[in-house]
Amino acid sequence: MSNEIEAFQDPGEAVHAPRAADIDPRAEKRAEQQVAALFGLSAVGSLLLIYSYIWIPEDVFIFIPVMGDQNAHQLFLGLGMAMSLFFLGMAAILWAKKLMPDTEVVNHRHEFRSSDEDREEFVKTVKDGVAGVQLGRRKLIKGSLAASLGLFALPPVLLLRDLGPLPGKELEKTNWKAGTRLVTDPGNRPILASDLEVGSVVQTLPEVAPDTHRPLSDIAKDPVLLIRLRPEEFNLTPEKLAMTHDGIIAFSKICSHMGCAVALYEQTTKHLLCPCHQSTFDVTQAAKVIFGPAARPLPQLDITVDKEGYLIARAPFNEAVGPSFWERNSQ
Amino acid sequence: MTTVEKRLGAAANFVDERLGAAGWMKKSLNKVFPDHWTFMFGEICMYSFVILLLSGTFLTLWFDPSQREVVYEGVYEPLKGITMSAAYASTLDISFEIRGGLLMRQIHHWSANIFMAAIVAHLLRVFFTGAFRKPREFNWILGIILLTLGLVEGLLGYSLPDDLLSGTGLRITSAIIQAVPLVGTYITFFLFGGAFPGVGFLPRIFTIHILLLPGIFLAVITVHVMLVWYQKHTQFPGPGRTEKNVVGHPILPVYMAKAGGFFFIVFGVTAFLSAVASINPIWLYGPYTPGQISAGSQPDWYMGWLDGLVRMAPPWETHAFGHTVSWNILIPALIVPGIIFTGMAFYPFIESWITGDKREHHLLDRPRNVPNRTALGVMSITFVLISLINGGNDIFATQFDLSINQIMWFSRISIFILPPIAFVVTKRLCLSLQRADRDLVLHGMETGQLVRMPSGEFAEIHKPISAQKRWILTSHEQAPALELPATDARGVRRPGALKNKLRIRLSKAHAVAVPKVSAQDLKEIEHH
Amino acid sequence: MKRLSHYRRHKAVAPLLLVIALFGIGTTFNVASASMKTSPNAFARSTQIDEGKQIFLRGCSTCHGLNLEGSAIAPALIGVGAASVDFQVGTGRMPVADMSTQISRKTPVYNEEEVAALAAYVASLAPGPAIPTDAQLNYERDGSTAEGGELFRNNCAMCHNFAGQGGALTQGKYAPTLMGVEPKHIYEALITGPQSMPVFSDKTLTPEEKLSVIKWIKAAEAEPNLGGATMGRVGPVTEGLLVWVLGLGILIAVAVWLTTRAR
Repeated sequence: MSNEIEAFQDPGEAVHAPRAADIDPRAEKRAEQQVAALFGLSAVGSLLLIYSYIWIPEDVFIFIPVMGDQNAHQLFLGLGMAMSLFFLGMAAILWAKKLMPDTEVVNHRHEFRSSDEDREEFVKTVKDGVAGVQLGRRKLIKGSLAASLGLFALPPVLLLRDLGPLPGKELEKTNWKAGTRLVTDPGNRPILASDLEVGSVVQTLPEVAPDTHRPLSDIAKDPVLLIRLRPEEFNLTPEKLAMTHDGIIAFSKICSHMGCAVALYEQTTKHLLCPCHQSTFDVTQAAKVIFGPAARPLPQLDITVDKEGYLIARAPFNEAVGPSFWERNSQ
Repeated sequence: MTTVEKRLGAAANFVDERLGAAGWMKKSLNKVFPDHWTFMFGEICMYSFVILLLSGTFLTLWFDPSQREVVYEGVYEPLKGITMSAAYASTLDISFEIRGGLLMRQIHHWSANIFMAAIVAHLLRVFFTGAFRKPREFNWILGIILLTLGLVEGLLGYSLPDDLLSGTGLRITSAIIQAVPLVGTYITFFLFGGAFPGVGFLPRIFTIHILLLPGIFLAVITVHVMLVWYQKHTQFPGPGRTEKNVVGHPILPVYMAKAGGFFFIVFGVTAFLSAVASINPIWLYGPYTPGQISAGSQPDWYMGWLDGLVRMAPPWETHAFGHTVSWNILIPALIVPGIIFTGMAFYPFIESWITGDKREHHLLDRPRNVPNRTALGVMSITFVLISLINGGNDIFATQFDLSINQIMWFSRISIFILPPIAFVVTKRLCLSLQRADRDLVLHGMETGQLVRMPSGEFAEIHKPISAQKRWILTSHEQAPALELPATDARGVRRPGALKNKLRIRLSKAHAVAVPKVSAQDLKEIEHH
Repeated sequence: MKRLSHYRRHKAVAPLLLVIALFGIGTTFNVASASMKTSPNAFARSTQIDEGKQIFLRGCSTCHGLNLEGSAIAPALIGVGAASVDFQVGTGRMPVADMSTQISRKTPVYNEEEVAALAAYVASLAPGPAIPTDAQLNYERDGSTAEGGELFRNNCAMCHNFAGQGGALTQGKYAPTLMGVEPKHIYEALITGPQSMPVFSDKTLTPEEKLSVIKWIKAAEAEPNLGGATMGRVGPVTEGLLVWVLGLGILIAVAVWLTTRAR
């Protein structure tokens, strides 16, 4: 390799060529006018902003090609602001480029490493200082210091304890109990099994007393998707088939992967798709995962009808709904 | 002396008698900054941060970060009477009932996107030009910290309005935290104040978003910029530029005017985008409730690659001893990003270990002259781009008549295949460019003019390049690969044979180059 | 035709049948549409049902069978009702032009009268969901926008996107955009569940609720751009693209200008 055997010589910087404005008074004048014009545009922008804020009503829409109907207030407020700022910047830069001195300056660098004397002195200072502490000799102080520092770190962590309740069995519980009616969401109407046609789908929640407030944390685990197929389309184990009612099958709507609402039901393929990460579940096979990152089928709710023919849960979910967690027993 | 000068002089005197600032100021105002358009990315970041502080403060004047449920009674007809959180309702009010509120919201959001884009562009520039080398490793690490903080700050920010899209994002975030073995469930319950979506999460992330993280940001940015100031900016190689100097414009007046002007440009462009293009139209998304979802739920672009990785993950979960470990979440959302960010942070030290180069570097590399590093960079970009495309696979599927399953399988396979291919191709491309440089120095530029030689042949006239240009093409150094003999001088085997072997191989790969032209070569060719 | 259905039992003939059927669709469809244009009054004398029958025999029976019994490539139409016919033919999905993953909306082949005749004929053979009347479709009067939005986000947004722009389904299928779709057709789609779409029974999504959904969709369609160009109302993907292309693009252009020497 031609390792610096005979390298080229640094030719040094090219000769500094003057700009038009440096030598031609007319060009200088023109540059000055350009800068002034840009400052002027900036001022116009500010005025446009003020005008738009005060005088353009907020419910006026104007048609702009490509963009469609735009809110005039918002558009001109923004454009005014953009003009006011952008041209201010352009003016300053043009000023610097064309009129301010443009000779480049050379600064020298120095190595960052301190001199050897400085480093020695520093080491000595530190050593002396540390020696003065006498940590090596005073074993008792050393031990107690370590203990107190260790304990000292605990209170700040402890003080955060009341941020939230302990999980307990919270993630394994839902509001579905044996006999809970399935009601439409929204609407809160109970559902007759005969109301559902083949191919239909309903978003449901467990029935609560009228005017009861449903906290969002309940809606995060309770939603159930009801789907009606022809009974012969199922391909289920006897236990899973027993959990359906006359072709109606119920799944937790909360994805077993990351908890999004799985609700894209394709009637023709009988597949459920989660829009977040595209896990695909086969309804005819008890929501078995056939594509995507989800590892578990959607939990199935055991349903039947009550005396009046309304759909009810025969039993609570027999596993935790939603995404996995360390304490979950998924066997 | 004019009266103005007198007054200013008196003020300066007052300050200097108390702080002794004149000496330091004098030196600082003579600081020189080299000019190159890629040096402006860092400034875009800094200015966007200022814009974020300004617009963010405006938004806090009306925003109510509460999860308390209210019934909307504002002017936006399609949501009238709907129950929603106070956070969402107040965001609607800022958008529709505060004049300029929507503009400020859009400025804040566009600015955050520009901030992140500029951080990435800045990072790439620093990486490809080798600006992270000694003595700037600290600053590189600070930059990685800022990037990471930016990701978190952005996620928290777009989660605050509590709309359907951001709520979905938080649902996914909570699932990621919940997937951490042993402590995940506890951390989620503490963060959210109970089972998702909890009761206290929005007010908490509000404080983190507007106080804690900006504070840390401000501190880290200050140190980052101070270090640039103190260590002086790097410069591209060129005539008159050496490792011992820095050539450019002084702070006063040119740099000050240009940099100050550029702040207004960045602000102006952000305002322009916010005037003409809608961003995060939360009124269309609707308020968050966990039972609802929209097709095409994506995070903002800087989180999109993570979402893409999660989408392409294989469906692996381990069930044992009554416990569940979700590899399908842990690997793409925590382990892979963890490896990437740690690797990035340590890269300066890894490279210097490979090359054995412990010297200071102030002249930047032309990316083609360090093929290995450039190839590694392009490989990483390829990896992230594939993930990013998969993160938007449903949108791409509908826009380009593809199937999400096809895109997913394409990503799953190509995430392993394309990055290595990108590496090889880039490395070859760098070497060809080096060869082209060599030809240019040896034979000059093609002029396109044909002449007929006395012998009857036609030949094209080549014009020799200028001395300045030649210097740019030949001033880089080509260090040979490390030589680490397996035994030391006394014939004893060195410890860590395997490590040494790896180091030698990497070093060899790193040193591959087309020999640059020496003055001797040129003389020889001229004699012919 | 008898012979053809006889052959269908043989496995080896299935691909051949498909080719013939496709060819048949094309020709019949062309002939049908051509004859429609040349002699619009040819069926004027017959009653609506007879007219429908004629159209059906010419344009539909090749695939759906002479007695609506369906075939290997097309479903039976017994009991699908007038609503289904009106939706499929009225939105141009039927007769189908190409048998790709999904049959898409296009300019209808038949005019309104012909669609009505076809629907009447199919409904006359077996009862099914009827076409909603104008009185039933008065969504302006009977619907509520806000409630419709709530219902939409619960039942429709997962496939059709938060603003009704459509979205991806599995294996290249998609939920089409709802922009520019007639209220009647939205209503019919809800009660008949065309292609991948599930059925929304009147008991679980009442007629008033359906009208609310339609009212909300129409409001979303008419909503002007409140915050600037929307880039398709598909969320952050296009926003990210715009930041890199336009945002960083302009800034880089200025940076290049800023750092070059003035002449």
